[in-house]
Amino acid sequence: MLKLVLNRLGLGVLTLFAASVLIFIGTEILPGDLASAILQNTATPETLAKMRLDLGLDRPAYLRFFQWLFGALHGDFGLSLANGRDVLEEIAPRFANTMFLATYAAIVAVPLAIGLGLLAAIRQGGFFDRLVNVVTLMTISVPEYFLAYLLIKYVAVDLGWFPSLASVSSDTPFLDRLYITFLPMLTLVLVIVAHMMRMTRASVLSVMASPYIEMAILKGLKNSRIVVRHALPNALAPIIAVVALNLAYLIVGVVVVETVFVYPGLGQLMVDEVSKHDVPVVQACGLIFAATFILLNMIADILGILSNPRLRHPR
Amino acid sequence: MRILGHKLTVTAQIGIAIVVINLFVALFAPLIAPFDQATPVGDAWADPSAQHWLGLDNLGRDLLSRLIYGARMSIGLSLIITALSFLIGVITGFSAAVIGGWVDQLLSRIVDLLLSMPTLIFAFVILSVLGSALPVLIVTIAILDSTKVFRLARSVAVTIVSLEFVEAARLRGEGWWWVVTREVLPNAIPPLTAEFGLRFCFTFLFIAALSFLGLGVQPPDADWGSMVKDYRDMINFGSAAPLYPAGAIAILTIGVNFVVDWMLAIHSRGQGEGA
Repeated sequence: MLKLVLNRLGLGVLTLFAASVLIFIGTEILPGDLASAILQNTATPETLAKMRLDLGLDRPAYLRFFQWLFGALHGDFGLSLANGRDVLEEIAPRFANTMFLATYAAIVAVPLAIGLGLLAAIRQGGFFDRLVNVVTLMTISVPEYFLAYLLIKYVAVDLGWFPSLASVSSDTPFLDRLYITFLPMLTLVLVIVAHMMRMTRASVLSVMASPYIEMAILKGLKNSRIVVRHALPNALAPIIAVVALNLAYLIVGVVVVETVFVYPGLGQLMVDEVSKHDVPVVQACGLIFAATFILLNMIADILGILSNPRLRHPR
Repeated sequence: MRILGHKLTVTAQIGIAIVVINLFVALFAPLIAPFDQATPVGDAWADPSAQHWLGLDNLGRDLLSRLIYGARMSIGLSLIITALSFLIGVITGFSAAVIGGWVDQLLSRIVDLLLSMPTLIFAFVILSVLGSALPVLIVTIAILDSTKVFRLARSVAVTIVSLEFVEAARLRGEGWWWVVTREVLPNAIPPLTAEFGLRFCFTFLFIAALSFLGLGVQPPDADWGSMVKDYRDMINFGSAAPLYPAGAIAILTIGVNFVVDWMLAIHSRGQGEGA
């Protein structure tokens, strides 16, 4: 089993390396000179030449790539083109903010989703089940900013229960943070609960068709006990996969939510820098997002193997 | 009500109605819209009146007309991208399944690699260098999305290719292009149609999200995502302006999802039945 886990870890590292290559290719070796892409309208032959020298474009691509990668591994992502500050300094507090929001949403969403999914499976076909089905289908269809603006308009502006802008700084006390970020957290939760809940329900229901469940029913066990004690452990694998996928999605979905609530996180930073063509920052953000995404997918893979005893000891 | 012999559920009817209305508005936008999408016709943020059913927007343009033209831009763009990604994904997916061997392995590895990156982030990276011109948007998103179509097309094709009539065609000496278009494709249409609907939804939401962040469709073209961005500040004054384009996005995606749900339900088979 340890071999399997190490195998997955190795695969994850390889994927991360490949992702970093893709990010680097995306910004540096696309057709159209990088210097003119950054300078856009202010480009003159002199500024272009200087920019090229600054970026080190006179050196071959693979050398630049490894230099960038080694720098990144040591926390040195270079300087931001927009304001000349060290990229890591800019990113670190924002990353902390984003992780706070994502963790807050995850802690609320996962138990809620699995609980609701189990409930819907227990009362399958009933009113609760069908209602939840339609509501979740609608929630996964709508864009996050629609939900966000709905919440802002009705809960923040009309009712005044929560602030409509989630402005935190590094010295905001913890409880205040929880209060200020409640609405963005709620938006994220609404988006991912639907998906995870539907998968929990579907997975449990498909296990319910098994013969040993039929045996349990014939034995006279209560429906809730059957679902929780007999069906759920076998249904765990796809549920875990979906939970991890949604957590990975959280990392990306947080970008839009941060923009709506003007929350000082990594997503908002990346969006701002993309329109400013601030390539070093975009590369660094991209790498961090990709790494988190790959890490979560890898954990999903490993957990999926661990939760199934048959896969734990392959023969 | 029945279509092609299959019974329509309530949600499917609602979904089809929504899709048809949206397509109609998108196609006939210039004929339906009362005003032009980019010409100011009054003061900014004028209230709704008999002449302007939804009032005016931040630059004095008629909101309803912008909504109608936005349908054309958003839906049209998404359809083009989905069609392109489908073209790429289906051809590569079917070819991988039919040719097999190292071609299949190579294509699958490349697709796995592209899928390991979060799409939004990768799109950001590319847009930060190339800018947000429409052709760039179309090609980038189409290529990124074609990976998911590849996965489905390949698995569908692999199932069909294992059937006897394909083997018979091969023994006759038919080339892979013939097999792909005349044997695999006609049998793959039901799952592919549902997938088209899902891909359209995803692309549509993706374009809207990019425009909302200011990185998608650029002004003065009306597009639902960028309209939400432009009107977002008004929510603090109690106006529901950003909710109109955002609501339009939501309604269309719900409608398409209802239809796709219904299509998947009628084509899904029990575990014991054959392919």
